[in-house]
Amino acid sequence: MNNPANLSYTKSHEWLEELEDDVVRIGLTDFAQDSLGDLVFVNLPQVGDEVVVGEALGDVESVKAVSDIYSPVTGVVRAVNEDLLDAPEAINESPYEAWLVEVDNITDREETLSAEAYETHCQTEE
Amino acid sequence: MELKTPLYPRHLSTGGKMVPFAGYLLPVQYSSIIAEHQAVRTAAGLFDVSHMGEFMVEGPKAQEALDRILTNAVAGMADGRIRYSPLCYESGGTVDDLLVYRLSAQRYLLVVNAACREKDFQHMQEHLMDGITLTDVSEQYAQLALQGPASEQILLKLAEQKDIPPKYYSFTEQAVVAGKTCLLSRTGYTGEDGFELYCAPEDACHLWDALMEAGQDLGLLPCGLGSRDTLRLEAGMPLYGHELSPSISPLECGLNFAVKLSKAEDFPGKDALLRPQKRIRVGLKITGRGIVRENSDVFLNGEKIGITTSGTHSPHLGYPIAMALLQAGDYPAGTTVEADVRGRRVEAVVTPMPFYKA
Repeated sequence: MNNPANLSYTKSHEWLEELEDDVVRIGLTDFAQDSLGDLVFVNLPQVGDEVVVGEALGDVESVKAVSDIYSPVTGVVRAVNEDLLDAPEAINESPYEAWLVEVDNITDREETLSAEAYETHCQTEE
Repeated sequence: MELKTPLYPRHLSTGGKMVPFAGYLLPVQYSSIIAEHQAVRTAAGLFDVSHMGEFMVEGPKAQEALDRILTNAVAGMADGRIRYSPLCYESGGTVDDLLVYRLSAQRYLLVVNAACREKDFQHMQEHLMDGITLTDVSEQYAQLALQGPASEQILLKLAEQKDIPPKYYSFTEQAVVAGKTCLLSRTGYTGEDGFELYCAPEDACHLWDALMEAGQDLGLLPCGLGSRDTLRLEAGMPLYGHELSPSISPLECGLNFAVKLSKAEDFPGKDALLRPQKRIRVGLKITGRGIVRENSDVFLNGEKIGITTSGTHSPHLGYPIAMALLQAGDYPAGTTVEADVRGRRVEAVVTPMPFYKA
């Protein structure tokens, strides 16, 4: 697996990049996109929406199934990657570039995993 | 505990993502459902469909016996021809849908859905006339489906022209493909030209390898259950358990061509099928945002009129499609309805089926 070491990871297969203090960028991991298969739809929140740790912030649909994207933080959406709405396959092609949302005003966050710990976690799910 | 088909080692070595299906471990995809789907539409795909069940029906009155249980007519079939037929309960609900292969006037091979195999056998035992032998021969066959416009070209590298059935829904009982004898039929579940090979389980891997090699430079891809489902959906073909079930009749499913109410023989369900049907199957093109999958409520002018039975993103058309069972009525093409997708109403338009035609 090729999970960048500068990111942190959730057990539900989202990645987080710390952009600045209490601002994170969120995406889906390579393991997630590979398990889901060809993605054909992404539903994302809007700028200004509040997201809550552990709750769905949106969902992705593959040909096979729909899957929730869980928010690893509580905060406010400050940016949405709207390019994905027309090109969800970008998540399959480059999961660590195709970010979903940026969240600021973070008041709560779940414990995340290092790249190494996340890879161990993925092995238990295979 | 799931069963493994004779091709299980090939699925693992080819990178198949294995899932349980109808009691078997089968690949849902190898590379990508969309890529596999497009290979079948533009070149060819190879599927393992060994899970399908096969029954032999034998006896001097085999044709009459089948006409007394199936909704379609078996009389009039020639040797080497195939016919599709539903099998019904007295209620008109569907036991299964199957293919009938006429080997001779006294011998027919039936190909049934894997998940229905046991109940089909029991239902047929109860309804078949005396003097007819019904045998479950599923264990004697593995089955490969070679589908797509390049299929014949691929087969011609491995078989003689005389063994290739020239017409859709015909077969060669003893064809030789890559040195192995198999039943070769021009059938499929994808809406494309294609073939299905019924072979001895021990020959399955040899045939798989030979076909993959013969198709390599023609764009042949190994294909899984995921693309099998998207392909049959685009082709408007029903899937048992979705568009057909014990509570859905073949007429509600729109299979009027395979229900011969005028034939002389009585068969289970005939009386019920002569009465007006409560529902009708329609095709939907999703014009709103999102994929409508099975079991979504369908609304017309705010009133619930039915439920979807299958739905997916159509890889070839590039937009989502669905099938729905609506209360009986007239729904002209272009009628706008709404489907509930996890609490959200998504717009859809009634569209003639098949969604795609080769």
